Amino acid sequence: MVVVQDQFTAGRVGETVKDRIERVAAAANRIRHHALNMGEVQGQGYVGQALGAADMLAAVYADQLRYRANDPEWEGRDRFLLSTGHYAIGHYAALAEAGIIPVEELESYGSDDSRLPMSGMSTYTPGMEISGGSLGHGLSIAVGIALGLRHRAQSGEGSSARVYNFLSDGELDEGSTWEAAMGAHHHQLGNLTALVDINALQADGKTDTVLRTEPATEKWEAFGWYTQRVDGNDVGALLAAFDNAAARATAVGRPSVILCDTKVGRGVPLLEEREKAHFMRIEEHEWQLCRKQLTAGSTGKAGR
Amino acid sequence: MSTVTASKGAASRGTAPQGAAPKLKTSAMIASFADPGQKTSSAPFGHALVKAAEADPRIVGLTADLGKYTDMHIFAKAFPERFFQMGMAEQLLFGAAAGLAETGLVPFASTYSVFAARRAYDFLCLDIAEPNLNVNIVGGLPGLTTGYGPSHQATEDMAIFRGMPNLTIVDPCDSVDIEQAVPQLAASDGPTYLRLLRGNVPTVLDEYDYTFELGKAKVLRGGNDVVFVSSGLMTMRALQAAEALAAHKVDVAVVHAPTIKPFDAATVLAELNTDRLAVTLENHSVVGGLFETVASAVVSAGLGKRVVPVALPDEFLDAGALPTLHERYGLSMQRIVAKVLAELG
Repeated sequence: MVVVQDQFTAGRVGETVKDRIERVAAAANRIRHHALNMGEVQGQGYVGQALGAADMLAAVYADQLRYRANDPEWEGRDRFLLSTGHYAIGHYAALAEAGIIPVEELESYGSDDSRLPMSGMSTYTPGMEISGGSLGHGLSIAVGIALGLRHRAQSGEGSSARVYNFLSDGELDEGSTWEAAMGAHHHQLGNLTALVDINALQADGKTDTVLRTEPATEKWEAFGWYTQRVDGNDVGALLAAFDNAAARATAVGRPSVILCDTKVGRGVPLLEEREKAHFMRIEEHEWQLCRKQLTAGSTGKAGR
Repeated sequence: MSTVTASKGAASRGTAPQGAAPKLKTSAMIASFADPGQKTSSAPFGHALVKAAEADPRIVGLTADLGKYTDMHIFAKAFPERFFQMGMAEQLLFGAAAGLAETGLVPFASTYSVFAARRAYDFLCLDIAEPNLNVNIVGGLPGLTTGYGPSHQATEDMAIFRGMPNLTIVDPCDSVDIEQAVPQLAASDGPTYLRLLRGNVPTVLDEYDYTFELGKAKVLRGGNDVVFVSSGLMTMRALQAAEALAAHKVDVAVVHAPTIKPFDAATVLAELNTDRLAVTLENHSVVGGLFETVASAVVSAGLGKRVVPVALPDEFLDAGALPTLHERYGLSMQRIVAKVLAELG
């Protein structure tokens, strides 16, 4: 049984800009709470990345992506590829927010026999398009999916679905990312959008001390992409960038990239101010404090 | 050849002094291993892919700047709208092939075996094999089929690939194998790797009561004294050596095992479980290819049987002309005959 429950781009009918921002911000807030709860089960993990990317994920799942929650394999869906497998904690939270997996299931995150492994894999989780984790793969696969969808659309079988690939600034270290960037432009994959989470942090330290990826904007522009750079924790700015990308999306045209500067641990001052770590350790007594800070920060601003 | 190179070769390999015989030229990258006057078929892979694509609209082709050198250009010309040039970017080639398969298409992606196996392994493994996608990897210049040296000679591709779960590995002998294998590779679920023979490819197996069946080994001829188990172009050499050994009153059976993984152990072990001398023949390193596949099957079955390998040595091979190199490394018909006669004492 197919239940039609599509989400469509660029807000809802009759919604004001302010309402739209508040709706997406509220979704981001719930994604952050989910991520904290999942992190507490493990006692540590990629909570900082999930908090930092929550606004991007909310913009995608609460506003942009066309999907059917109870039919994750629906042919006409937009594809969202998580190249950064370790961000799965944030992605699962977004999938729960989207209704694709039950919220109650989130507590099984990273446990034996769970559908929600620490590193995201398509073979485990509904709504997970690819197995990320070996960094620098997502954009190449996205090129193939965009090519394939366009090819099948020409023969009347496919759809004009859009393809989003979420990657991190650390993945700009990988040569394969730039092979794919060239390939997407060469093949004029105008329905492909890359989302780069620039949190300026990698496993061994700050990105500019590990391998300098800046100037990132100029690099993407030089590769022929329609390039925007925004504060990735500013929901209004994110939605405007997504709208710009959507307005240009076309079967044959320039691919687009949204470079999102984000803050690791965003929304929880305790974690925002902590020495940044790729794999963040949070003490047992701190989790409740994190939740309180998150709630305090969002109350009256984005809560509902 | 420069004096320096020649003297280095003479010193390290103990070959005949310079000037003893005219030196062969490395010639084209894609030197043919067909014997002079041998029946051949032109670009059998390209034509077979076109034929398969006519029947199956899901089939698409892609390459990494090696369409002309992997016979993919035949497909590109026949189906330009179903062909994707990915540039000299092998990670993109196989990542994109995975993406195409995710949308329900059946990609055949070609490059040289060295680049598929060595350079793009991670993408083949995680993007294609782990999700068990129907992507067909087509690798040119397998084993010792070019004189360009280690940069282009995929002497260990099967060793690299045999450890990859879900991957089917096919090492075809000739144009008959390739023509019959292509539609079966497209029809089979999951990823495959084809050790491509391209250009003017010998036609050998049409003279035998033989059809290619994915996953099956076939007995091409019986014989009372020796059993050859071979794959790839070495089956052609095995058949030639069997003929030559008949003149020495040695009766040789030949078992062709073109599917290396999953391996048809039942057929091969039934042939090896006799008193005959057992010899494996492969166009691949002695490490990790057909010999070790057969050896592990023999040991697992508890046969306690000695197996003699004809294979490339575990070393980086010389550059040079193919006939010279096949003779040097023991793949020539004459070297096989000599080895068997020596084994038989």
